[in-house]
Amino acid sequence: MRTNIAPYLGAMFSFRGWGIIDYMTQISRDDVQHLAQLSALQLSDDEIDNMQTDIGNILEYVNQLSELDTSGVEPTYQLTDLENVWRADVVDDYGINRDDLIALAPDSDKNQIKVPKVL
Amino acid sequence: MSKIADFIGKSARQNVVDALKRAKENEQYHALLNLTEERALERADAVDRGEITGRLAGVPFVVKDNFLAYGAPTTAASKILENFNAPLQATAVEKLEAEGAICIGKANLDAFAHGGSTENSAFGPSLNAYDKTRVAGGSSGGSAVVTALDIVPFALGSDTGGSIREPASFNGVVGIKPTYGTVSRYGVVAMASSTDVIGSFTTNVADGELVMDIIAGLDRKDMTTLPDFFKPIDTAKKGQKIGLIKEFMTDGVDDEVLARTNEYVEKLRAAGHTVEEVSLPIVAHTLAMYYIIVPAELSSNLARYDGIRYGHRAEGVKTLAELYGRSRDEGFVTENKRRIMIGSYVLSSGFFDAYYLQAQKARTLLINDLNKLFETYDVLMGPTVPTPAFKLGENTGDPIKMYLADIMTVPASLAGIPALSVPAGKSASGLPIGVQLMAPRRSDAQLFALARSMEEA
Repeated sequence: MRTNIAPYLGAMFSFRGWGIIDYMTQISRDDVQHLAQLSALQLSDDEIDNMQTDIGNILEYVNQLSELDTSGVEPTYQLTDLENVWRADVVDDYGINRDDLIALAPDSDKNQIKVPKVL
Repeated sequence: MSKIADFIGKSARQNVVDALKRAKENEQYHALLNLTEERALERADAVDRGEITGRLAGVPFVVKDNFLAYGAPTTAASKILENFNAPLQATAVEKLEAEGAICIGKANLDAFAHGGSTENSAFGPSLNAYDKTRVAGGSSGGSAVVTALDIVPFALGSDTGGSIREPASFNGVVGIKPTYGTVSRYGVVAMASSTDVIGSFTTNVADGELVMDIIAGLDRKDMTTLPDFFKPIDTAKKGQKIGLIKEFMTDGVDDEVLARTNEYVEKLRAAGHTVEEVSLPIVAHTLAMYYIIVPAELSSNLARYDGIRYGHRAEGVKTLAELYGRSRDEGFVTENKRRIMIGSYVLSSGFFDAYYLQAQKARTLLINDLNKLFETYDVLMGPTVPTPAFKLGENTGDPIKMYLADIMTVPASLAGIPALSVPAGKSASGLPIGVQLMAPRRSDAQLFALARSMEEA
């Protein structure tokens, strides 16, 4: 019995870059650091190294989509076909009270959430 | 046949006490992160006093721990929400409670539902119900395992790219992913908003139809819910035309998975249905679409976890930027960070058109191809996963390898069509194998009726 999926895919779709990553998308350490910053993630040096490899491999994998001819095709952003779902402009507390929500904050004072200095 | 029926009309307290006992006896599977024991017993007593009635009065169930529910923290199997006590309940949980069902615990998952094995849980993986050296599947692995072990007769899960169907296949239970928009997602931790759906795990299709009948429906708290349309039907249409997707039946797929799928095809034929091979070549690209669209959407959805209003906040930080960065670094698992960063990448200016827009256009091509097949065929089918459950640790070193387990389940997610995984037998070594059935949007009732009729066949 085979539970290793890799050969299955090799046989099925012969993905570029599968297995031996010999032309992976180049993504630099600086790129990764920039992405981490955009994502509000303060990563350790080890994490950045690992992410550089993983993200490079994943981008290489998804790059196959550029092979598809999508000229003249409209994008699908949502699947419901619903448009403009309205509701009455009436305040609804959804059964949640302020004290319960403030109590969830890691730090609060006099019904306000505390954070470190912004500037 | 129905397991749920076994719990109806009994002492609710006894039902709950027994279920909690089974949960504790099976702790080694790590299927549950927290029990909601105190609240469950209180509600059981209220049912026994006749204060709560309904179609599921006294029936115990479990929810995946990305559903907001009272009685225990809602962690999404993450450190960032480890101590988060939900101030509200998910609509799906509220609807089940309104029918008298009793939640006894919160099931393990890959953190924030990012994964296909529960190995990305911040609290350790769940073990497969049939082989403790193998994965439960995921991300709704815990929900599948508690159902397979008969701890409860049903459990709720969420499915963004296969997170109900894949663990259902790995644990030999029925996993239902309804049409996108069938069930309200209010109160469920969001992952990818254009594919997230709520569904069920049961040991038989009829129980799943009952659960879906209760949780489905328009909810003004979730503006993406469809107007009410789902109602289970008694009998499946006779002589259906069924397409077997040939790209999912190549010799690269596990032999026993192919064999069980072919046996299911023969059963369908014996029941008077026509099964023909069909081709859907675009499935070669659906995983790439998925791993652009989903990270893009989740990178936005997970921006809310910032250590400010709720959840984990890093200590000893001096600036706000440091608070965000460190809280998120400490609170997310590696796979969460990887996906968030991929999302940031594909959405960033200069790359948006090449990745995100291209993926959404490719998604249209997939939907068009499926629609074309559905002009001729009532149902499309194939295996749910290319293999039975893999070994713990087998795919953890390589994220792409892990993603490949989703290859057969992501098409239905990207298209928003209903799909379910039904048990189709086992491998020689005793591992469950599932078959997936898919149908056009909003034809859930017909699809489930067909699957139910095949259980009896």
